[in-house]
Amino acid sequence: MYWAKAREGARHAQSLETRLVGPESAETAMKAPPFEYFAPDSVDEVLSLLEQHGDEAKVLAGGQSLVPLLAMRLARPAYVIDLNRLGSLGAIDERGDYVAFGAMVRERAAERSAVVRHKTPVLSEALPFIGHIAIRNRGTIGGSIVHSDASAELPAVALATDSEVVLRSVRGERTVRAADFFEGHFTTAIADDELLVEVRVPVARPGEGWSFAEVSRRAGDFALVGVAAMLRVDARGAIADCRISLLGVGPKPVRADNAEASLVGTMPSPDAFAAAAQAATADLLPPSDVHGSAAFRRHLASVTVRRALERAFERTGGGM
Amino acid sequence: MSATQTIQLTINGLPRSAVAEARVTLADFLRDRLGLTGTHLGCEQGVCGACTVLVDGDAVRSCLMLAVQVDGREVVTVEGLADAAGMHPVQEAFWESHAFQCGFCTPGFVLSTVALLRENPDADEHDIREALSGNVCRCTGYQSIIEGVVAAARAAREVGGQR
Repeated sequence: MYWAKAREGARHAQSLETRLVGPESAETAMKAPPFEYFAPDSVDEVLSLLEQHGDEAKVLAGGQSLVPLLAMRLARPAYVIDLNRLGSLGAIDERGDYVAFGAMVRERAAERSAVVRHKTPVLSEALPFIGHIAIRNRGTIGGSIVHSDASAELPAVALATDSEVVLRSVRGERTVRAADFFEGHFTTAIADDELLVEVRVPVARPGEGWSFAEVSRRAGDFALVGVAAMLRVDARGAIADCRISLLGVGPKPVRADNAEASLVGTMPSPDAFAAAAQAATADLLPPSDVHGSAAFRRHLASVTVRRALERAFERTGGGM
Repeated sequence: MSATQTIQLTINGLPRSAVAEARVTLADFLRDRLGLTGTHLGCEQGVCGACTVLVDGDAVRSCLMLAVQVDGREVVTVEGLADAAGMHPVQEAFWESHAFQCGFCTPGFVLSTVALLRENPDADEHDIREALSGNVCRCTGYQSIIEGVVAAARAAREVGGQR
C-alpha cells in the first residue's frame, strides 16, 4: 500500500518535472577559462587557424582529456579548435600492410570494427582498457596518441606495432614513426602548426602473436603498468622478431630493447620469457606514489611482461 | 573573447534553443541554462559517471563535452525517460530492485543502462558489469543495481522491444 502510493507520487513528480523545463538561471557555471572557439568544417581551415594561432591553440578531438584540463584550468589556451565538425578524418581504412585511422575515429568505433579485430588485434585488445564505454564513445585514437599521457594505452600500442602518425600543416605533410614521436608526458614531436590527421597501424603479419595486458587498481582506472608485446617465430620455432613496450613506468612509453635482443634467435621457453621480463624491467625507474611504490611497479611490470610474452607466443600457434 | 553562441538542440524530444559561452560544459548548460538538474555532477573529470547523458543515442559524460558541441544534436537526460504511461522500464526495474539509496548516482546509472540495453538487449551479468564500470555508487554496494539491470533486460526481452 505504502509502496503503491509512493510510486504514484513519484510518477506525478516525474511528469511534473518533464513538463517544467525549468527557468533559465542567470548564473551559468563556467569552470574553464575563456577562449575563442572555432569549429571549422574543413581540414584546410584547421591548418590555417593553426598557422595563425598554433602556439596559443589547443585542438579539441574527443575532449576526454582536454575538457577536464580546461575545467580545472590546468590548460589555458587562447583558442580552441574543435575537429568535431569535420566531415573527414572519421574513417578506418585498410590499406595493404597497414590500417589507417583518421584523427576523429572514436575509440569505441575502433573497438567494434571487424577490420581492427582481424588486422590489428593488439589494438583491439588494448581499446577496452581505456576508461569506460562513455569515455570511448567520445575519445579518439588520434587524440590519445597526440596527448601522449605516460599512462595511456595507445602510445604503447603504437610503439610496439611500429605505427606511424601523419602530421599535416600548411607547410606540408610528414610521417613520423612512433619511436620518434613520443618525447615525454604530454610531449610529442608535433609542431605548433601541425595537426595529426592519421594514425597508421601495421597489419599483424601471418604467424605473429600479440598481447596487451595491464594492471590497474580498478577497471577503467589509469594503469599502474601496461605492456604490449608482439612475437613471431621462424620455421624452426625460434623467435624471429619480438617487440615489447611498457607504459606507466616513466614519462613516456618505452621499448624493452634489451629483452627483445635477448629473445631474438632463441627458442621460446618459460625460462627465456621470465629472464626477458627481468631484463625488460631491471633498469626501470617507475614513479612512486600513493597508488604504488617504484619497487611494486617494477615487480608488476616484470610479471606483466612475462605474461604478455607467454600470451603472444600462444597466439603464434606455437607450444613450448 | 569567448563570445556567446546560440545552441539549437533536441532535448528530451523537444527542440530547444539557448545561448551559452563556448567554455560552458554540456553538464552546466543542462543544469543552469535548461534547468534540467536531474543530471548530477560528481567528480567533473569523467570518473564517476553521475553526469552521463545520451547524445545521439550514445552514453557520454556531459562534464566532458562543451555545450556548443551539441548544437544540432539530440540529447536525452533522465528527465526525458518517463512518458505519460509512466516510468521507463529501466527506471521501473531500478525501483523494483531498490537499486539506489541516496539516488545521486542513479540518473547516470539509468542512462548507461538504457544505452547498454539498446545496444545489447541480451546483456548478461558480465556485460552489465563492464557497461556500468564507469558509474560509481557510494551506497548500494552495486549488487541491487546489477539485479535491477538484469530485471530491466528481462522485462525488455519480454516486451520484445526497447524504448
